[in-house]
Amino acid sequence: MLNHFFRDMERLTCEILKLAATVEELIHTAIHALCDSRADLADRVLRSDEAIDDWEVRIEEECLKILALHQPVAVDLRRVTAVLKINNDLERMADLAVNIAERAIYLNKYCKGAAIPEKLEAMTAVAIRMVRGSLDAFVNLDADKARAIRALDDEVDRYNREIIDDLKMSMRSDPDRIEAGLELFSATRHLERVADHAANIAEDVVYLKEGEIIRHHHNLH
Amino acid sequence: MNPEPRVGGDAETAPRTQSQSSPTGDVSALKTSPAGDSAEAIAPPRSTDAVLETHNLSVYYNTLLALREITIAIPRNRITALIGPSGCGKSTLLRCFNRMNDLIPGARSEGNLWFEGVDIAASSTDPVTLRRRIGMVFQRPNPFPKTIYQNVAWGARINGYQGDMDELVERSLRRAALWDEVKGKLRESGLELSGGQQQRLCIARTLAVEPEVILMDEPCSALDPVSTARVEDLMDDLKDEYTIVIVTHNMQQARRVSDMTACLMPDEALADGHRTGVLAEFSATDRLFTNPKDPRTEAYITGRIG
Repeated sequence: MLNHFFRDMERLTCEILKLAATVEELIHTAIHALCDSRADLADRVLRSDEAIDDWEVRIEEECLKILALHQPVAVDLRRVTAVLKINNDLERMADLAVNIAERAIYLNKYCKGAAIPEKLEAMTAVAIRMVRGSLDAFVNLDADKARAIRALDDEVDRYNREIIDDLKMSMRSDPDRIEAGLELFSATRHLERVADHAANIAEDVVYLKEGEIIRHHHNLH
Repeated sequence: MNPEPRVGGDAETAPRTQSQSSPTGDVSALKTSPAGDSAEAIAPPRSTDAVLETHNLSVYYNTLLALREITIAIPRNRITALIGPSGCGKSTLLRCFNRMNDLIPGARSEGNLWFEGVDIAASSTDPVTLRRRIGMVFQRPNPFPKTIYQNVAWGARINGYQGDMDELVERSLRRAALWDEVKGKLRESGLELSGGQQQRLCIARTLAVEPEVILMDEPCSALDPVSTARVEDLMDDLKDEYTIVIVTHNMQQARRVSDMTACLMPDEALADGHRTGVLAEFSATDRLFTNPKDPRTEAYITGRIG
C-alpha cells in the first residue's frame, strides 16, 4: 500500500510542477505581449486558459483521491494540502496572465504606441523571480528560501504604487493618455496580484516544511 | 504475557468503601492503611488537570525491561490514545494504571505512578478498590455466561450496591448505547449478542460500578466498522463524565476519537529480539497527526517504519 501511495504522490508532485512551469511561461508571454505590443502572443495566452482550467481540476481530483484512499498524515498530509492550495494559486495566476493579455490586445488595438511604464519591466522581473523562486522552494522544501521569496512581495508592492502614481500623473497631464493609462493601470494591478499568489505559495512551502501557518504574520520573515 | 482476565476489573470481590461517591476527589478511599507509602517516594504532582500521572515509570517482566522511564500525565475528561507498533509496551502501560500487571508473574515496576495523587503501586493501595475506580474493557468482548441483566448487575452487586438494581442496569445499558437493542431480552444470555453488542455490554458492566477512568485495550479490534463506529460514538458521549485511555493499533481510530495521543516506540532491539518501549511523543491528537515533533512518531504514523 505504501508504494502505491508514494507512486501517487510522486505523480501528483510531477503534475503540479508541470502546471507551474506552464503558468510561469504564460505570465512571461502575457507581459511580453503587453510590453512589445504582440497581439499574437496575447492570443496564445488566451487560448491556453481552458487547458489550464482542466489541468487544475485534474490535479484537485488527484489530491482528493489521495486524501480519500490513503488518508495521509503528518508531512504527507501537509504535502497534499500544500499541492491543493498551490494548484489553486497557479490557476488564479493563469487567469491573471489572461487578464494581462486582454489588456495587451486592447492596447494594441486602440492605443497603438502607448508608452509602457519603464518600471513595469523591473516589476515583472521581481514578480517572475517570486513565481519561480516559490516553486523552487517547494521542490527543494526550502523554508528559508520561501521566506526570502515572500519578503520580495514588498518590493513588488512598491513598484506597483510607483507605477500607478506615475500613470495618474501622466493621465492628469494629458487626457488623451487616459484610455491607455487605465489599461496599464489594471495590467499593473494584475501583475501585483500574480506576486501575491507567489507569496501564498511561499507560505504554503513554509507550512509544508515546518507545519506552521505563517499567513497574516507580516513581520515574521 | 497476556492472561485472559476473568473479569473486567469491575467485579472483584470487595465491599465498596465509598458507595455512590462523587467521581472526583475521594483519594482516601484507595488506601487500606494510612502509613503505607515508602519514605523515599517523591511527592505526587498536584496537577488538577491530570487524573493519572507517571514519572520515570519503568516496567520489567522478570529481567526484561518492557517500558523505560515513561513520564506522562493523562488529562481529566479527555480521551487519550496510546499508539505505537507491536511490542512497544502500550498494553503494559495501560495495565499499570489499574495494576492489572500484578496478575502477571514476574512483572514489576520502578518509578512513580499516581491516580489522583495517590501512589498506585504502593502496597497500601488496595488493587480491588483501584480497579473499581479504574475500569477496563478488553480487546475481545468477554461477557460472563449469564443473562444480559446479570452481566451488568454482577459487579455492582458484589460491590454492595444498595440502590434500585433495575434502574442501575437500565441506566448503564443506556449509557453504553445498548438499551434499545436489549431491553426486551434482558433475561437472555449475554453470549447470544453480536460481537459489537457484547463489547457494549462489557462497557455497560464497567459503567455499572461507576468508575472514574475507563481503560480500553483495543476495544474495537474484533468488531466490524459499524460496531466500531457505535463504540467510538459511545466513547465520545462518555468523556464528559469519564477519563478514557485507549490502546489502539488503528491510527484512524486514534485520530477519530482521541483528544491526546501518546506514541510509544520500541527502543533499539536487544540481541534476543526483545524490545523496550519508550515514549516518543505525547501531544494533542490533531497536532501529532499534522505536525509531529519527533521523527520516530513521524516515521511510524506515515507508515515508513513499524
